Amino acid sequence: MIDDLFHERLRSSLDHCVKCTICETACPVANVTPLFPGPKYAGPQAERFRAHGQPADESSVDYCSGCGLCTMSCPQGVKIAELNAHARYAVKQRKGVPLRDRLIARPTVLGRLGTPVAPIANAMLKARPARVLAERVLGIHRDAPVPRFAGRRFRTWARRRQAPGVGTKIVYFHGCGTEYYEPDVGEKVVAVLEHNGYSVEIPEQDCCGLPLQSNGLFEDARKYVQRLARALAPHARDGTLIVGNATSCTLMLKREAREILGLEDDPDLALVSRQTYDICELLLELHDRGQLRTDFEPVEEVVAYHAPCQQQGHWIGKPALELLALVPGLDVRELDARCCGIAGTYGFKREKYQIAMDAGAELFNQVEASGARVVACDSETCRWQIEHGTRRPSVHPIELLHQAYRL
Amino acid sequence: MEKLSADVLVIGGGATGAGVAWDAALRGLDVVLVERGDLATGTSGRFHGLLHSGGRYAVKDPSAAHECARENGVVRHVAADCVEDTGGLFVATPFDDPAYADRFAEGCRKTGVPCEEIEPARALREEPRLNPGISRAFRVPDGSIEVWKLVWALARGAQDRGARVLPYHEVVAVHRGGDQVHGARVRNTRTGQELDVEAAVTVSASGAWAGQIAAMAGIEGVHVKPGRGIMIAMSHRLVNTVINRCQLPTDGDIIVPIETVCVIGTTDVGTDDPDDHTIIQAEVDAMLEDGERLVPGFKQARALRVWTGVRPLFEDRKENGATDTRDVTRAHALLDHRERDGVTGFFTITGGKLTTYRLMAEETVDAVCLQLGDARPCTTSAEPLAGSENGEYHRVGDRLGRREQRLLDDQLICECELIPRKRIEETIRWRGTTDLDDLRRLLRLGMGPCQGGFCIYRVAGILHGLDGIDTPDANAGLIDYVRERWKGVWPVLYGDQLRQARLDEWIYQGVLDVEHLQ
Ligand SMILES: Cc1cc2nc3c(=O)[nH]c(=O)nc-3n(C[C@H](O)[C@H](O)[C@H](O)COP(=O)(O)OP(=O)(O)OC[C@H]3O[C@@H](n4cnc5c(N)ncnc54)[C@H](O)[C@@H]3O)c2cc1C
Ligand code: SF4
Ligand code: SF4
Repeated sequence: MIDDLFHERLRSSLDHCVKCTICETACPVANVTPLFPGPKYAGPQAERFRAHGQPADESSVDYCSGCGLCTMSCPQGVKIAELNAHARYAVKQRKGVPLRDRLIARPTVLGRLGTPVAPIANAMLKARPARVLAERVLGIHRDAPVPRFAGRRFRTWARRRQAPGVGTKIVYFHGCGTEYYEPDVGEKVVAVLEHNGYSVEIPEQDCCGLPLQSNGLFEDARKYVQRLARALAPHARDGTLIVGNATSCTLMLKREAREILGLEDDPDLALVSRQTYDICELLLELHDRGQLRTDFEPVEEVVAYHAPCQQQGHWIGKPALELLALVPGLDVRELDARCCGIAGTYGFKREKYQIAMDAGAELFNQVEASGARVVACDSETCRWQIEHGTRRPSVHPIELLHQAYRL
Repeated sequence: MEKLSADVLVIGGGATGAGVAWDAALRGLDVVLVERGDLATGTSGRFHGLLHSGGRYAVKDPSAAHECARENGVVRHVAADCVEDTGGLFVATPFDDPAYADRFAEGCRKTGVPCEEIEPARALREEPRLNPGISRAFRVPDGSIEVWKLVWALARGAQDRGARVLPYHEVVAVHRGGDQVHGARVRNTRTGQELDVEAAVTVSASGAWAGQIAAMAGIEGVHVKPGRGIMIAMSHRLVNTVINRCQLPTDGDIIVPIETVCVIGTTDVGTDDPDDHTIIQAEVDAMLEDGERLVPGFKQARALRVWTGVRPLFEDRKENGATDTRDVTRAHALLDHRERDGVTGFFTITGGKLTTYRLMAEETVDAVCLQLGDARPCTTSAEPLAGSENGEYHRVGDRLGRREQRLLDDQLICECELIPRKRIEETIRWRGTTDLDDLRRLLRLGMGPCQGGFCIYRVAGILHGLDGIDTPDANAGLIDYVRERWKGVWPVLYGDQLRQARLDEWIYQGVLDVEHLQ
């Protein structure tokens, strides 16, 4: 269910469309495949043919990856990506959600299953025959950049950790990527925060529900994000900030859960939403106040930086660029390609893998041309895709800062 | 001079005239239909879009209510493809007399209008944008009806049975010899050529113009008092059910969702000239206020355009002293001029509503047959129109569904209304027209938010590429279209539509400099 009045409010933004086509030029998907007619068509135009309780026989909107670049580029304020998300939800309501989508939308379940048997699971993920089978049976593309299980969980480390207990309190929202696949990134985030005088609390937490939402499983997504908001809200209530390195998950808390799932009225979420920061956003603010430690040692490296779509959705510019500029020796090349293509779980899917790769080609070529050996990027699934598409390591900007601090 | 002869000449190609032609052709009569403009460009093409359940007249005009209730069911059956089964609600807003609701329910019961009272909360669930202050809600079988589809289905059905349908043919004289009308002289308004149509019977189905046609036949005293009403189309459907205010009929009290838009209307202002399409800004402003009462936020929503239509209200001053046009009965009037004026071979059918077009046609052709001495039964209530055979109603999402099937093999030309290239080319061919307004009515070309500001150039390009159409014709079609559209846009130039108009204008004057096309 989508609250009807909420949907109507979203829908009314279609009135602002003047058909200028700017969104179409921004859309990474429409530019590489005729299967998706583009944001103007799928959003403000098709929406006029959709009526309450009368789902139209449509399916092309399922090719929208939900990257959100259209909404960001529309000069008139049409909520294109949000309308598309609602339309995708309706399509899935009508046609059903495939098992595959239910599965890949639940990183927690996958993580819990995979972690204890990580060596076997990872071997399977590498083994060609197993991947071919998974493609046939589940529809997960054999070449898709699925991540490797770390074999340990970030929370185990967090529980054992000796918190210094001094400094400004801050809550760390680490997300599922850190929990199951990249616990070392989480450790670096904590170290950088502590180095800057924070006392980091890591409360019990679970998935933000973003993959569920982007797969049209709105009911489950709502449950997840509301549960997460309940877990974080008590900490936020006394003014403590929440910070995360998974930029799409922090965007979910800040904006998407309210603007797509219609949770405007959830008081916990409203509070959490106000207090949530992207890690680079937080550090740059600190720097602007003269409070960021700048005892960076040189890092002699050429790094390309890609701001993922979801990071741009924060409307905070590109703070990572300014932070990395503080590190001596670091030669950062800003890329302006639209999107890496992956869009969360989109590029994992058999029928969308090639579209995602084609959408990412512009970025991959830019990386190639930049001469960089490493690509910095704020979102984990984008990093996996970039590694897959460029055969170069991709890191979170915080990892470079961590390295420069020599922590 | 070219001559045509027929059993029946029908003057007027609105819903009534097309209905008469179809009915008569079905009964095996040889028919010629003439219309001075394109089909359905009189009142039928300028109406509100509502297939009445009868609820609107349940208290004020019980016989009209009863007629509507009956015909509603018939039209749903025979013209399903032109009808959207939106359903209707009568809601008592805080601005309405609370006592009316019970009178309304009683009126519906007496006149046979199916009506069910529902909880206001339920109405609000179904129509989330509705005024949350409503205190009563009644569900009725209102629907919306796509008139150009209907009129063309009637006309083409008649053509298939031998009728000759002549749009852009204006009656300039009615032939009368003694006490007998035996046809008319018509002028092709595009070529200026005239022709005579000889007919045993002439039916004037010319709506608000019926007085003019009667006068041509030398018959005085056919008073059709035109009642002008405005309507405003909004850029998307704010409601998906026909919403009526539960009160005695007044201005701006109905919102009809039809195709991709919803239309609020209407007013009723007496005028002397059926071709009077004056739009008064104060009426537009008042109408938007009325919208706000039904749907809060209405004034912030984007309005697309405004137009007016004139009601054909037949008035006999001798029997009915009413002066407010809304008080004149909406029931139709069939005049057999043999009985009334001693003139054989001539009938006038006027008044009524679009909803009752079929009944009006049936009564007319019954009388025609009677006069011809050849009683043939009417079959229009059993014979579905082409496209409606399977009884499936039209749905707003149909076009999107069809477009989705054709994404890869047909170019999209009109993006707002999702009209692909092949559809446009086919239509140009069968209509044999370069008039983009003809295409608009058949396809809804350029009727969406940009009002043709983008697609119309593409269509002009298609025209240029088609064999047998020369450049000046194609260019003229383009310029005429844009000017015509503009007329309905200026009264609602605010907010989003103003922004659109600016962009459209830059394209028109700046980027393409269309005004200086040769
Ligand atoms: C504002 C408004 C809203 C309305 N809304 C609704 C509604 O929602 N539902 C409903 O059921 N009814 C509605 N009606 C009523 C309905 O539209 C009319 O009753 C109906 O369309 C009349 O159809 P008609 O064919 O009789 O007349 P018309 O459609 O007017 O047809 C008469 C035709 O005769 C032609 N003509 C005139 N002179 C000549 C000539 N010399 N030679 C050749 N042709 C000629 C005209 O061009 C015209 O096309 C509305 C009316 C108005 C004014
Ligand atoms: S950018 Fe905005 S205004 Fe322009 S076409 Fe896209 S939705 Fe419409
Ligand atoms: S969300 Fe991204 S993929 Fe979807 S329409 Fe917008 S720009 Fe295109």
